[in-house]
Amino acid sequence: MEFGPFLLLALMEGLVTAAVLALTASGLSLVFGIMRVVNVAHGAFFMLGAVLAWFTAQWVPGPPAVAFAVALIVCPLIVGAIAALADTAILKRLNYEPEATIVATIGLLYILEQAALSLFGPDARPVPAPFNIRLQLPWFGYSGYKLAVVAAAIIVLLGVWLILKHTRAGLVMRATQIDRDTARAFGINVDRVYAGVFAMGAGLAAIAAVLIVPIQQAHYLMGGDPLLLSFIVVIIGGLGSLRGTLVAALLIGLSDGVISTFFAPTLAKIIATLVVALVLVFRPQGLFGTRTT
Amino acid sequence: MLTLTGIDAGYGEVQVLRGLSLEARTGEVLCVMGRNGAGKSTMLKTIMGQVRATSGAILLDDTRIDGLPAHEVPRHGIGYVPQGRRLFGDLTVAENIEIGLMTRSKGARVRDSVLDLFPRLRERMGQVSCTLSGGEQQMLAIARALCLEPKVLLLDEPTEGLQPSMIALIRDTVVALKKTGVATILVEQRVDAALSVGDRISFMVGGAVVETMPAKGLSAASAHFATYVGV
Ligand SMILES: Nc1ncnc2c1ncn2[C@@H]1O[C@H](COP(=O)(O)OP(=O)(O)OP(=O)(O)O)[C@@H](O)[C@H]1O
Ligand SMILES: [Mg+2]
Repeated sequence: MEFGPFLLLALMEGLVTAAVLALTASGLSLVFGIMRVVNVAHGAFFMLGAVLAWFTAQWVPGPPAVAFAVALIVCPLIVGAIAALADTAILKRLNYEPEATIVATIGLLYILEQAALSLFGPDARPVPAPFNIRLQLPWFGYSGYKLAVVAAAIIVLLGVWLILKHTRAGLVMRATQIDRDTARAFGINVDRVYAGVFAMGAGLAAIAAVLIVPIQQAHYLMGGDPLLLSFIVVIIGGLGSLRGTLVAALLIGLSDGVISTFFAPTLAKIIATLVVALVLVFRPQGLFGTRTT
Repeated sequence: MLTLTGIDAGYGEVQVLRGLSLEARTGEVLCVMGRNGAGKSTMLKTIMGQVRATSGAILLDDTRIDGLPAHEVPRHGIGYVPQGRRLFGDLTVAENIEIGLMTRSKGARVRDSVLDLFPRLRERMGQVSCTLSGGEQQMLAIARALCLEPKVLLLDEPTEGLQPSMIALIRDTVVALKKTGVATILVEQRVDAALSVGDRISFMVGGAVVETMPAKGLSAASAHFATYVGV
């Protein structure tokens, strides 16, 4: 293949990575932005979404598209419910102390992984894609499903943005983020907002996982990479800044696609880590973050 | 009417309020005065449920409100203007107002009547509230609390750092509210302001109310102010 088409292919692969990463990282960013909780279990919620998608594919009869549609709706809801439960049962009791919640979410990560290991087993298992359309470009054919993943991610992220900026629930979340005591003085049930935000963050990771699992297979340890990359994206973009998260996801996703295609996936990770180091040194609040107290 | 009896409260190990009692009556402004650190703000936070009373009782009419989760206190009709305003700074004027209205599910009628009190806010609905001037911010903090149509209004040093014309506007607003039957607790450091709007004045020392007087019985030269407020 010539260079031009090869680059196009790399960019398209990168775009898929970026889309899934943007979904996952925006969940992490949302939770940190509003609750000031660094959720180390975020990758485990991602994994749970993929594993549950596999179970759904087993249980729901009929064509793969039906099972997939069910998974896309039901899995994020289940994962969100588990997250809300974890918030109320664990994080709330710790009074959302930053250090304590990091340790607690590490514990949660292991609990979820071990639970997946015992219920799902140690093997990687494939989930069929809802459809198999190949888009024939002049130079190469490309998976129509991958492009659908990008479109779905854009729609979900647009939805998140609309919720945050243009609904009462979003207004309540933003007010809670700014000042939780004053939010309470105006009738906002902060506990409920936190449970909802934690559920929403986990749900976003689960949506990302359901979307990617037909490409990647479900495995009980699959949460590690998305967690690491999400942290990278969130640090580069600025913790809590949704816009920064999106830009950084695009940056990391596309460069990952290009560098992995032309050189090696390991080099892509090394460069991403270097960028994080540079950002931490020269702009610790991230590209779009504001310095918070 | 809001009644506090024998309230103890504090932060962790540190006790601040010690057997505090006071009463805010309908259609009246109760001024609370005392030195820095006397516990005036802590008293208001305790009413709002942000600081827990470890003993004593807080009654709104006949309902006990101490022990309620903090977010349920305002829903009983207690509007709060915290010290330093505490606006939702990144939100617009309209959004701050919206949150006030949401507290007790009030609608456009209440919004309009509140904005009629502060026409300057109406011109700035889309502005991010942390970019307002100090006086405008204070108007917004009061407007946000009035969006609850409160039975009880708690004001913590609302005139701190404002110019005279703004102070007069806030004073007139507080006085006008009396006619609507609101019970107001006004924490105030300035003697002239306390005397001009207060019906009664409570003096706080060391976390307790040590004396409550009708404002009419006091003048700016009264020894009470020198003793309890240090002016
Ligand atoms: N969050 C807190 N944690 C610990 N101690 C606190 C806290 N807030 C206030 N205090 C202490 O409680 C005491 C009373 O404070 P408070 O703010 O109620 O005083 P105040 O009468 O409102 O004073 P000022 O006139 O300066 O506003 C002070 O000694 C203060 O240091
Ligand atoms: Mg104070």
